[in-house]
Amino acid sequence: MANDQAHQAQGGMPDPIHQFEIKRHLDLEVFGVDASFTNSSLWMIIAAVLVSLLMIWGMGGRALVPTRLQSIAEISYEFIAIMVRDIVGASGMKFFPFVFTIFMFILFMNMLGMLPGAFTATSSIAVTASLALMVFVTVIVVGFAKNGLGFLKLFVPSGIPKILYLLVVPIEVISFLSRPVSHSVRLFANMLAGHITLKVFGGFVTMLIGTGGTLAAVSIFPLMMAFALTALEVLVAFLQAYVFAMLTCMYLHDALHPGH
Amino acid sequence: MDPEAAKLIGAGLAAIGTGVAAVGVGTLFGHFLSGALRNPSAAQGQFANLIFGFAVTEALGIFALLIAFLLLFT
Repeated sequence: MANDQAHQAQGGMPDPIHQFEIKRHLDLEVFGVDASFTNSSLWMIIAAVLVSLLMIWGMGGRALVPTRLQSIAEISYEFIAIMVRDIVGASGMKFFPFVFTIFMFILFMNMLGMLPGAFTATSSIAVTASLALMVFVTVIVVGFAKNGLGFLKLFVPSGIPKILYLLVVPIEVISFLSRPVSHSVRLFANMLAGHITLKVFGGFVTMLIGTGGTLAAVSIFPLMMAFALTALEVLVAFLQAYVFAMLTCMYLHDALHPGH
Repeated sequence: MDPEAAKLIGAGLAAIGTGVAAVGVGTLFGHFLSGALRNPSAAQGQFANLIFGFAVTEALGIFALLIAFLLLFT
């Protein structure tokens, strides 16, 4: 990052991409595959441990009048349970643990990323693409296991003239295949762009203060903007976890009921 | 043209996409609100659809913003 420091010395903006740099904490190679323990892995493990602690500790008491921690655990359970029941249907409740795990894991990764100095694991495409591919493969496996070749009805919508199949079927196939791409890029791009925007506004503040004089006084405006953007980012962090879980539910619905 | 200048112009052009996504998000919430005011009791049931539409629309704006950022900073 010598380039970055030289850039900053000339009064340029601090590099907003810098925060997404992957740092290796522990070099590791498994069967020729680079499986180093990075800061990304570290924050994913922290997220997983926190989710487990919340659920185990929160539900440990099983009090009739819930404590605060138990309320959080129950509310998040109910929230996802209602969503799965509404979208996938009652028969989809056996996928509830899958959807709930994905939701809580992404939510905690996003929220931990909002802490200053923390690494946002969901801001790397490798993480989101793995999650999206996991959903994609699950949908295909469940679809074929449940419906056999009837799963292919997903690509053939009913109630249109036969001649239109030439046009509609390829479109449906392409839209199905592009699902993991849009599913992963949506989460990744939202987190990446949000964090870059925050850093850019933070950079405005330091640049304006650095110039001194009247301009330093104006730096209050980008600071206020950064404050508002942080609030928006917390909302987006929740919303994107919710949307990821909701899209998972919709895809699972397709796998269970490909006819409609 | 200087490649650096071309990069900056490209980033500016990519940022137009965020404005277009803003039109989409505005349309979405406007129509939801006009529908919700006509029939408030049905509004709650459509909340999930609203959030879904918002996320899908907003993601397109974010994609454009991402391209702008990538052009600017990499």
